[in-house]
Amino acid sequence: MSIAHPTDAAAAGTPADAGQPSSGAGRTGPRPGRPANNKQGKRHYGTHVFLIVMAAIWLVPLGWAVFTALRPKADTDKYGYFSTGGAFNFDNFTQAWTQGGFSQLFWNSVLITVPSVFLILFFASMMAFAVSRVSWKFNITLLIMFTAGNLLPPQVLAAPLFEMFKHFELPYAISDSGNLLNTYISVIAVDTAFQIGFVTFVLSNYMKALSPELTEAALVDGAGVWRQYWDIILPLCRPALAAMGTLEVIFIYNDYFWPLLFIQSGDRLPVTTAINNLQGQFLSNYNLIAAGAMITAIPALVVYLLLQRHFVAGLTLGSSKG
Amino acid sequence: MSVSTNPSARGRKATAAPARRVRRLSGRDKVVLGLMVGVPTLIQLVLVWIPTLMSVGLSFTRWNGLELTDIKPAGGDNYQFVAQDYPPFWPAVQHNVLWLAFLAFVATPLGLLLAVLLDQNIRGTRIYQSVFFAPVMLSLALIGIIWQLFYNRDSGFLNFLLGTAGTPQAVDWFGDSSVNIWAALFAATWRHAGYVMILYLAGLKGVDPTLREAAQIDGANAVQTFFQVIFPAMRPVNIIIIVITVIESLRAFDIVYVINRGTNGLELISALVIQNLVGEGQVIGIGSALAVILLVISLIPITFYLSRAFGKDKEA
Repeated sequence: MSIAHPTDAAAAGTPADAGQPSSGAGRTGPRPGRPANNKQGKRHYGTHVFLIVMAAIWLVPLGWAVFTALRPKADTDKYGYFSTGGAFNFDNFTQAWTQGGFSQLFWNSVLITVPSVFLILFFASMMAFAVSRVSWKFNITLLIMFTAGNLLPPQVLAAPLFEMFKHFELPYAISDSGNLLNTYISVIAVDTAFQIGFVTFVLSNYMKALSPELTEAALVDGAGVWRQYWDIILPLCRPALAAMGTLEVIFIYNDYFWPLLFIQSGDRLPVTTAINNLQGQFLSNYNLIAAGAMITAIPALVVYLLLQRHFVAGLTLGSSKG
Repeated sequence: MSVSTNPSARGRKATAAPARRVRRLSGRDKVVLGLMVGVPTLIQLVLVWIPTLMSVGLSFTRWNGLELTDIKPAGGDNYQFVAQDYPPFWPAVQHNVLWLAFLAFVATPLGLLLAVLLDQNIRGTRIYQSVFFAPVMLSLALIGIIWQLFYNRDSGFLNFLLGTAGTPQAVDWFGDSSVNIWAALFAATWRHAGYVMILYLAGLKGVDPTLREAAQIDGANAVQTFFQVIFPAMRPVNIIIIVITVIESLRAFDIVYVINRGTNGLELISALVIQNLVGEGQVIGIGSALAVILLVISLIPITFYLSRAFGKDKEA
């Protein structure tokens, strides 16, 4: 758990480790070094009962939402919500998709998430390189400032940022609000600023664990700082960058607050913030609301299925993030 | 923005041993480094730290958020108003404390328990992990909606389970101000426990297995081994979990804002900040005073964490 102690690079923080599939943290595979528990069997019955009960409790809210979403409203009205009567189909999903304007909302999420994640990785890796590979008078101070910034509750900066953006005048050709409010730039900028600190911290620990000889050789060859960063260090950080990239995609896709604060037009909101409006839009058609909610969950679940290893590695690499 | 080029001054003092190896920086390198540090730092200053300071400044003013010239000094009036004449403030403080207590004494221990159970080589551990971890992938806003469906008075599953659905005894779990904070806390636990579990699973794997063996040879039972050997050995993870738990309870916002914008039994300081900033009758001064209160409380766990994370580096 390198984040607790930058010096404690033993666990997830070392480059060699973070790249290995087996160290995808949460996944327990067969573990070398830990003898298999001999007393298995009898002793584990209680554990299984407890875990099965807990897992069932865990699945019920999600299961209920899926169940509700799959049933046509007419059938629930006829048979009641607590019945299995009637049809099961995806009609609510298609209806929620068109009625909720989800294609637009997802596109908005993409427009915010993609640039933010690239900017975060770009700036944070530069910063991490500078503070970890080059000694510099203020690098601990800067690292502390960056890390602390990420831990602040976002509401602390809400008012000044809102007012700054409101008074930052732009030509109407660029922004129809005449300022930075209601633009994606405002959300991207703040998401980037807020997340840089966390990613810088994680990447700097990762880079510190890379052997100094790596850049040494390049230095002898006369490679400049930029080439050391871009051609040598960054490629070596690929596992950490993949983990951080996955994590940040989810963090920013899941961010509810900044778009809520900065974006006023409902059709410009990203999915996560817009689900708030579903309840009003679909009135008390809970089947549609459930379908809308499940649609919103799909990207996160896709990432979960495909990139779970990176996501978990990212979380455990740098778990300072709430 | 001075890049140290003096070899003797470099490397000695701070973290990076590799730095010693950088013997010479050309002028161009210094410019490049300056930009690599300067641009992210500038972004961080302009969009995080300067706004934070501005929050502090605005909390001592009276302002409706319109013209900058309308900002009037107000001394400590906003704080006095918040503490004495603003009805939702003390309930919000109580709810934040409750949130912290619930996460600390229910959600976090539950996550730890799940991690310990799943760390044994039991069958199906991957499936269990996936189940408990799934909510961590979801946004808190979405979690609010999912639980809304579960908690609904007439169509929610919980009232059906309790047999009260459709009867006058049916509880509107998110609407009834006497129970909705608890309902929200269960929803928050749903996510938090999985998060804690995944961190502790990683932490448990980092514990030297010989420690466990040694304790067992010494005759310690499983519980003793865990509390006296394993748990203390995970100190770095424990610190992170403490910090996450405290910070999460201060940051709690999305769930209550999705439910009812943080009113009627679900007041939280973070939600009050926003209520005072948006909508009609913006009272930036009041909102900022609340933000500063939130900031000051947040600085406790932040300082605790930073001193643990960076303390050693500084000494060296």
